[in-house]
Amino acid sequence: MDYSVVIGLEVHAELKTKSKIFCGCSTQFGSDQNTNVCPVCLGLPGVLPVVNKRVVEFAIRAGLALNCEILPFSKFDRKNYYYPDLPKNYQTSQYDLPICVNGYLDIEVNGETKRIGITRIHMEEDAGKLVHSGNITNSNYALVDYNRTGVPLIEIVSEPDIRSAEEAKAYLEALKSILEYIDVSDCKMQEGSLRCDANVSLRENEQAPFGTRTELKNLNSFRAVQKGLEYEIVRQAEVLDEGGKIIQETRSWDETKGITLSLRNKEQAHDYRYFPEPDLVPLQVSAEWVEEIRQSLPELPNARKQRLMEAYGLSSYDAGVITASQAMANYFDVVVGHGADAKAAANWLMGEVSKVLNASNISITEFAVTPENLASMLELMQKGTISSKIAKTVFEEMVASGKDPATIVKEKGLQQISNEGEIVAIVEAVLAANPQSVADFKAGKDRALGFLVGQIMKQTKGRANPELVNKLLKERIN
Amino acid sequence: MVDLFKLTAHELHERLVNKDVSAVEITKALFNRIDAVEQDVRCYITQTRELALAQAQATDEKIQRGDEISPLAGIPGAIKDNMCTKGIKTTCASKMLEHFVPPYDATVVERLADANAVFLGKTNMDEFAMGSSTENSAFMQTRNPWNLETVPGGSSGGSAAAVAASTAIWSLGSDTGGSIRQPASFCGTVGLKPTYGRVSRFGLVAFASSLDQIGPITKDVTDCALVMNAISGHDLKDSTSIPGNVPDFTKSLVNDVKGLKIGLPREYFVAGMNPEVEKAVRNAVAQLEKMGAQCLEISMPHTEYALTTYYIIAPAEASSNLARYDGVGFGHRAQGEDIVSMYKKTRSEGFGPEVQRRIVLGTYALSSGYYDAYYLKALKVRTLIKQDFDKAFEKVDVLLTPTSPTPAFKAGDISDPLSMYLQDVCTLPINLAGVPALSMPCGYVDGLPIGLQIIGKPLGEETILRVAYTFEQNNDYYKCLAPLGEV
Ligand SMILES: [Zn+2]
Repeated sequence: MDYSVVIGLEVHAELKTKSKIFCGCSTQFGSDQNTNVCPVCLGLPGVLPVVNKRVVEFAIRAGLALNCEILPFSKFDRKNYYYPDLPKNYQTSQYDLPICVNGYLDIEVNGETKRIGITRIHMEEDAGKLVHSGNITNSNYALVDYNRTGVPLIEIVSEPDIRSAEEAKAYLEALKSILEYIDVSDCKMQEGSLRCDANVSLRENEQAPFGTRTELKNLNSFRAVQKGLEYEIVRQAEVLDEGGKIIQETRSWDETKGITLSLRNKEQAHDYRYFPEPDLVPLQVSAEWVEEIRQSLPELPNARKQRLMEAYGLSSYDAGVITASQAMANYFDVVVGHGADAKAAANWLMGEVSKVLNASNISITEFAVTPENLASMLELMQKGTISSKIAKTVFEEMVASGKDPATIVKEKGLQQISNEGEIVAIVEAVLAANPQSVADFKAGKDRALGFLVGQIMKQTKGRANPELVNKLLKERIN
Repeated sequence: MVDLFKLTAHELHERLVNKDVSAVEITKALFNRIDAVEQDVRCYITQTRELALAQAQATDEKIQRGDEISPLAGIPGAIKDNMCTKGIKTTCASKMLEHFVPPYDATVVERLADANAVFLGKTNMDEFAMGSSTENSAFMQTRNPWNLETVPGGSSGGSAAAVAASTAIWSLGSDTGGSIRQPASFCGTVGLKPTYGRVSRFGLVAFASSLDQIGPITKDVTDCALVMNAISGHDLKDSTSIPGNVPDFTKSLVNDVKGLKIGLPREYFVAGMNPEVEKAVRNAVAQLEKMGAQCLEISMPHTEYALTTYYIIAPAEASSNLARYDGVGFGHRAQGEDIVSMYKKTRSEGFGPEVQRRIVLGTYALSSGYYDAYYLKALKVRTLIKQDFDKAFEKVDVLLTPTSPTPAFKAGDISDPLSMYLQDVCTLPINLAGVPALSMPCGYVDGLPIGLQIIGKPLGEETILRVAYTFEQNNDYYKCLAPLGEV
């Protein structure tokens, strides 16, 4: 039976403030263990938290970029639970009065725009990390690294508006894109600076009341979000098809096995005993400050996409891909700003450039080829100095050496041969050497022409202008 | 020459400035006094004599150089053992923190050190400040210098007893439901719980964060003002501390109450109160009235709910504040087969019965299904209690009540927790409201001091001090020292 899927996502994003949320310690990722710590984030007796104003500012930035209402009065609460990576055994978070509420995010799936509601965004502190000796189930001890303790997080909770695993992925990608644009988070899922939990349930149709949901954890990549949800949807459908009932529980996605496993049921769920954080006064945010932050927001992905479509005639798809990452969009703007054709630039960015970035797992900001050099290369192509085929060779060299394309073309003698006289001589020599192919072509075997073009290209090392070669070859044979 | 340890801070300051004595001499006089009576009173968990001498020396050098010195410079005092002292054990009188040495100073400690005060040591208390007799200390029993068979009150019993026994000139206590005022009352000293937020809580090991407040315990009202001057004021490290300038509290030491309106809340004169206590308090009121104050009886109808409200809110916060003592990062750790058994054993061994009782109470009050009926309701009643105070202060400038319904009781006499909780019935509404209140001696019953509580408006410490000073200057109580060690 076909069910209607209901998904809501809870996304945790680490904020890239220089210092932690309640103390002055650095948030630097990858520092030596337990070096970014102080009495406050270690939860020693007698210490008190002080809210880092930048964290509030970043949360407001995120709220505004996600079309939220910023509450002038919000507060912090304690979420109580025991875990050795949580030094105070409570997490200071926001419970019933979060800083941002009632927002939305527009996503695009299969060419259609869809609005996903954002219930709330709240601020909280991250926990530390446990390092186990050997295997987690049989290790004799665990060590705690408190560097991450107190790193600021925002939790972005969506409405249950998502209707498929694909939409969930699109939502997450759009969200990541916005958080990167407004420069509040690095959003690196592999480093844990972006984490996602999903609530999933099925119902018979769009009008039916929501079914019992399960909460999926351990979705550590975009792929995991999609695969985990796909699996869980099928699992729930099978349970329902067999007349079973979905149990409200928390399930964990096992990436290697490709399945979800029950972590704890409703009875085993934590009672967090939330209560207002007495060590912090309620947070008051002035309308002026919110306005100041609103003014400082950059052009957001959707606006930028519209601009590329209107200014350069890019398709919605192309503009979407280019603007998904702000760095990519910036790169594109520089390439086009140097006079390159926008469509050619877009094709190269989505094609060859993305291929290299993916293969070496780097971001475009770390890319060896500067946008200026890419623009020059596109210009060489446009002027006919190099063919599109040679361009790929030049590009490879640019990636490898970082040199500018003109130098590469000169050093390697890669200029396209567009001199008719030069090409005529080669054409005639090739025709003379291959009478059989000439005869085949005349007898109607079109493939023979391809062979002859190939021979000419071989002799010119691919540098002959292909249009000219075709033209001259046909003239000579006929 | 008079025994130096018997003097007040302002008297000793005068002698220092006049070069009649040196700070080192004063400090050594206190050491001698401690050597003479500490085995009977037992105020100190830790003594810091080397530090004290070095601090005294520094002040003497200043005086030698002709530098101006602050009023507390070279004056030896004691700090309750729940305030963090860098490099010095801070135990909270708990096995849990028996060996805990903080790597930082509480803001009050820092401020007193900046004022060149001399630190004699850390004083005994009820474990984690939970108690009213200091009998809940994991380490030792402090006794009342006025009668060694009785308790000094609590939880700041060590701090109050040290001042009363003249083994410290001044001390710091902390007050969550009466923990400065009730021991001050039992020991015949002056104890002030300032307005919530007046004094930074940074470095005070938290019991109930929304109620805790540090304050001075001193021999007289003038010294109280001097310590308040040193420790008060906004602290960037404590978000709940109140911004803005702090007045010079010594300006409030005015011997005049003419025109002041004094309220007597009838709900504080409870049934079961010792009649001598009530008589002494009413006498004090009559005196002040004679001096020109206007007294009127008022009603604060929600007072009867204060105890219940307090015993939901304070344990709820405590259950969360004390969750960090789990054996993982610091403090006592028991061995367990796994993390949960380690937690359980650590906390069962490390915490005494009263602390465990309150953690259980608080955890229960916050649990889902009970939250609305207990914690949420308590917050609402707390608001009503605050409104009682707001309304009262529309009519009067200060409220006068007994500090405690009885004088000091015999050690071991109160064993049931509820009777012990009743000790604080007159003091804990003040913490719920966040207003300031001071206790000072106003008489004796069977040789034991009786405490008068003066309650002020939020940030109304100046009016409190004025009333207290006037009462003090027109009576001899402050001249009476505990009859300890006298031959
Ligand atoms: Zn820190």
